[in-house]
Amino acid sequence: MYKDQIGSKSNKVKNIVERGLIKKFAESIGDSHPIFINEEYGKQSRYGQNIAPPTFPRVFDYGDIDGLYLPNVGLIHGEQVYHYVRPLFVGEEVYCYTELVDYYEKKGGNGLLGFVILKRYGEEPEGKIIFTESQTIIISETVRKELVR
Amino acid sequence: MNSLVELKTSEALEEITLEPVSRIDLIKYAGASGDFNPIHTIDDEAKKAGLPGIIAHGMWTMGNLSKLFTPYLEEAFIQEYQIRFAGMVFLDDVITLKAVLQESSEKYLYFKVAAVNQNGEEVIKGRVTLNKYN
Repeated sequence: MYKDQIGSKSNKVKNIVERGLIKKFAESIGDSHPIFINEEYGKQSRYGQNIAPPTFPRVFDYGDIDGLYLPNVGLIHGEQVYHYVRPLFVGEEVYCYTELVDYYEKKGGNGLLGFVILKRYGEEPEGKIIFTESQTIIISETVRKELVR
Repeated sequence: MNSLVELKTSEALEEITLEPVSRIDLIKYAGASGDFNPIHTIDDEAKKAGLPGIIAHGMWTMGNLSKLFTPYLEEAFIQEYQIRFAGMVFLDDVITLKAVLQESSEKYLYFKVAAVNQNGEEVIKGRVTLNKYN
């Protein structure tokens, strides 16, 4: 079902690491440390500016892969991996896209499970990678049958 | 502990126990992250999906867990953060965040991390690799 889409990518989308959004995000995970939100503290830090919490890239727009449909209900988030070359800086531009890197099926206790592996990229305007993110999404047999119908 | 340099292998960072998970926590995270999947905020939708009640976003728990490292972000940055979502987090659950140093080298610190509920079950678990500035 998703097999023929392996290797397909979305277009790059420009995102901004917005100061206001960082503050809201940091609060929502109970991590309002001044390194994220206090401008003066950021300036005095080794970074010379504020940085973003490591799971902040959750908020970015990664574009859509043509023809890829994932239902909203019935998905299980199995695994999540972030890899950073450096932290994200508040205010910077990040170019983001997503790629379907793999799809396979495995027999589980509740029937045949589908595994979708999505990889997401965040790049500097010149194309240098800042971070990547891999996400494993598990699709239950019930939902999978619904999709192929 | 004021510095990561003092930490020895198999020693833990100071644990954090969160307030019981509330609906407003999840509504706030939905708003901040843009993840409005209704199983995280609306009882009926969670039940329709076959759940006993609303569950926390896995990414909310993963986001919380990283704060164990926040006080040390001037000594090192988080280079790799890998999590397996092992169990569900429900309303009123009391989650404790844990990190243990497993290995260290000149450049890296390797931590085993987990968020554990009030029954001692690991709801998320994984690894954090810090890249030291030295």
